[in-house]
Amino acid sequence: MSPESMTEIWVYLSAQPLLWLTLTLAVYLLALALHRKAKGHPVVNPVLVSVSILVVLLLVTGTPYQRYFDGAQFVHFLLGPTTVALAVPLHAQLKRLLAMGGPLLIALVVGSLTAGLSAYAIGALLGASTPTVISLAPKSVTTPIAMGVAERLGGLASLTAVFVILTGIFGAIFADGILRRLGVKDDASIGFALGLASHGIGTARAFQLSEQTGAFAALAMGLNGLFTAITLPWLLPLLAPLLK
Amino acid sequence: MIAAFALLLAFQLAGEALRVALHLPVPGPVIGMGLLLVYLIARRGPSESLRTTSGTLLQNLSLMFIPAGTGVMLHGARLFDEAGPILVALVASTVLGLAATGLTLHFLTRKRKQEAPR
Repeated sequence: MSPESMTEIWVYLSAQPLLWLTLTLAVYLLALALHRKAKGHPVVNPVLVSVSILVVLLLVTGTPYQRYFDGAQFVHFLLGPTTVALAVPLHAQLKRLLAMGGPLLIALVVGSLTAGLSAYAIGALLGASTPTVISLAPKSVTTPIAMGVAERLGGLASLTAVFVILTGIFGAIFADGILRRLGVKDDASIGFALGLASHGIGTARAFQLSEQTGAFAALAMGLNGLFTAITLPWLLPLLAPLLK
Repeated sequence: MIAAFALLLAFQLAGEALRVALHLPVPGPVIGMGLLLVYLIARRGPSESLRTTSGTLLQNLSLMFIPAGTGVMLHGARLFDEAGPILVALVASTVLGLAATGLTLHFLTRKRKQEAPR
């Protein structure tokens, strides 16, 4: 095949959704294989590895993100039905969840306020710009809620999505190590903390640990999304004096 | 499998409809999750195909964050300019959030039962 026709094929395919959809799945499968090869070590996080490879691929080929997303949106869309599917493990653990109702609600309030307000306060005190600080506050909750909250309060929705993903990856990598070091070793507490502080990516990590851990993470993710969406719009104005 | 997938989509759709109708601050899929939970309680558990389909989707939850995560490339300049405050704020607040949640739940439930079996 001549170089000209290779270029022609590339120009055609790189403009098609099919190419970037296929590459997203292929890169994910590669990341999963690496994850297995590393015996499930949390640093070889499938989201982190896949995103890194794809960003390099897009930069090297000069492909704009929007063209990539035209293909990848089919995968992105599955986030909706998969969130709904979290009801299945929740139902399987329902008895245990209900028996722990009181402690779970207290942990929700303490954890949610700590995660959101500390992000805002630290960002503000270190002199980050106002849109950045506002976009930081909802970073522990699931992407669609975080983006909606940030936008309403004067942050940048797409920047918030990046903070949400970075927070999720960080939590997925380090949460069980940090919690174990603090003496927190039961699957309920680890799962609930993972889902609360690191939403869906933390929940994905929790399901790698066990189904019970995953169920607690799914519950925490849903509750924290709800709680943050309701409380953050009232709480953030109280911290506004911290902004430069 | 298609029937189970259609059921998940139907609950998502119902969630979206409720969100718009009642101006709820929570996204449609999260409301759909709540509705499906109510349905599962009423039905006393999922069908075999719903269990399998949900299991497959949830095992691959990581995959679904990749398209949005790749959007990090759009914010290179801001992330670079404000790297210090952003990094410290994200890492410290996530560690604090994890610790506050995990320790609170751990101490509140410790008396009642011993470490749960894996």
